[in-house]
Amino acid sequence: MSPRLRWRKLVSGFMLTLTGVCALVAVSVLFLILGYLVYHGGTSISWNFFTKLPVPVGETGGGMANAILGSAKMLLLASLFGVPFGFFGAIYLAEFSGATTAFVVRYAADLLNGVPSIVIGIFAYSLVVHPFRQYSTLAGGFALGLMMIPITLRSTEEFLRSVPNDFREGAMALGASKWKTIATVIVPAAYRGILTAVLLAFARVAGETAPLLFTALGNQFWSSGWTQPTASLPVMIYTYALAPYDDWHRQAWAAGLVLLGLILVINIVARAILSRGMAVPRS
Amino acid sequence: MITFLFAASVVLVTVLLVFELWQGSVLSRHKFGFNFFRTSVWDPIFEQFGALPFIYGTLVTAAVSLLIAVPLGIGAAIFLAELAPARVSDTLEFFIDLLAAVPSVIYGVLGIFIVVPLMRQYIQPALKHSFGFLPLFQGPAYGVGFLTAGIVLAIMVIPYIISVSREVLLSVPRDQREAALSLGATHWESTWKVVVPFARAGIFGSIFLALARALGETMAVTMVIGNNPTISASLFSPGYSIAAVIANEFTEATGELHTQSLIELGLVLFILTFILNGFARLLMVATSQRGSRLGHP
Repeated sequence: MSPRLRWRKLVSGFMLTLTGVCALVAVSVLFLILGYLVYHGGTSISWNFFTKLPVPVGETGGGMANAILGSAKMLLLASLFGVPFGFFGAIYLAEFSGATTAFVVRYAADLLNGVPSIVIGIFAYSLVVHPFRQYSTLAGGFALGLMMIPITLRSTEEFLRSVPNDFREGAMALGASKWKTIATVIVPAAYRGILTAVLLAFARVAGETAPLLFTALGNQFWSSGWTQPTASLPVMIYTYALAPYDDWHRQAWAAGLVLLGLILVINIVARAILSRGMAVPRS
Repeated sequence: MITFLFAASVVLVTVLLVFELWQGSVLSRHKFGFNFFRTSVWDPIFEQFGALPFIYGTLVTAAVSLLIAVPLGIGAAIFLAELAPARVSDTLEFFIDLLAAVPSVIYGVLGIFIVVPLMRQYIQPALKHSFGFLPLFQGPAYGVGFLTAGIVLAIMVIPYIISVSREVLLSVPRDQREAALSLGATHWESTWKVVVPFARAGIFGSIFLALARALGETMAVTMVIGNNPTISASLFSPGYSIAAVIANEFTEATGELHTQSLIELGLVLFILTFILNGFARLLMVATSQRGSRLGHP
């Protein structure tokens, strides 16, 4: 082996090892995050955390029950608002639309998807909060739902498109109407993918903080109904982490662990649903 | 047609979003004009609003984050696409996808409690010791600041770079690699001189995507940048970013002009990310078309 070749092989081996190190570093961040959250937050998770209201500074104990309920309420609203728009929009794109309309809608959805979440917050503020002069659960749910639309729409469309055309033709040939075909053949064929899309969109907005800052604001107490300022887990983490009290920091870690746990579980479930079924369309 | 209405409303919402941002910042746009971007006094009491420090902070933190994230992310993507067996690659990609799902407020929590003390006690003093002659690494080590925000942002955008770049590298036709290897190239040479250049446009696309994310990122940056509108050559100095100032001041804005100036900042952010996302998509489409054209002649 000539020295030149030896050198080239050495460089090749070295650089390829280096790329492996890069990959290792990148992946290890996930385990570092999980490790720190479990280490700092694990001890503060107790029954009280899920059932009690926050207590004033100086008192120990208390929990984030109001934030958990607040997040749940807003995520429910977000899903009720975001999923139908994403789902039916996707059906239109995949089954009905012409090329130009589809391009425009897709472009708008991608644009909306790329908008920084804080700007979504401003938009929801000027549309829902400002006219009524009231921070509310509704406004928070609206902002989150808005973010769910493009995510649900684009991936649902991918999955609907991956249903083979034979299915459509077969149903039509049996005399089914277009709607009957969609409802009884196409959507059932793609349902795993659609479910995955919805779950991933849900997990994505579950951790969003910025759009809630000036729509739902926050609340140290329960918020009854849908038109009051509402506490949410992510905003609570933000406020508690920045506050100068050790006890609040512990609570922030615990809330972070709960939130991340929820999001990772949804992600894993969503991917599991997908992998046990149809082929994955590559987007 | 009911589904048409749903689809059309997506377009409507997007148009409305642009309209609201434009309309909501009309006072500030008329009063300050281009001076909004050129002056650096941000004073709600005297109603003087100049956004330069925020724009500076946003650009500097994004630049720092890309300097770290691009080599690391592309390196990892090369490993996943070229070297790792399919099974390992898919498993690692699964972890990377999970990493991309971590909410930004959690990066923020880790930022203030883990990264900031680390920066203050070890990294910043060490940098000062070795590179203190550069203006970049001078001044007191507060822990918070441009550098810390840039590092946290880098950690956040790496998953995006990896996922997209891996996808693009995998779409490079096999013949390209085989041709290079058969000419006697080493594994690295075929990767670096043939496969990567082939996928260049798509990799740039992933970088633009990451840049768009970094510019618009709010929570994590707000928690570690220091929230002090300064323009300083030193990366140790506390700064401020567009998204952070909106997050901090929007609910407490003291007057119509203050709110409108913040909305104008939102408009700036929107336009920046709009342009970058557009670029990213174009580049990615270009690569995948090139791949499929050569792959299936």
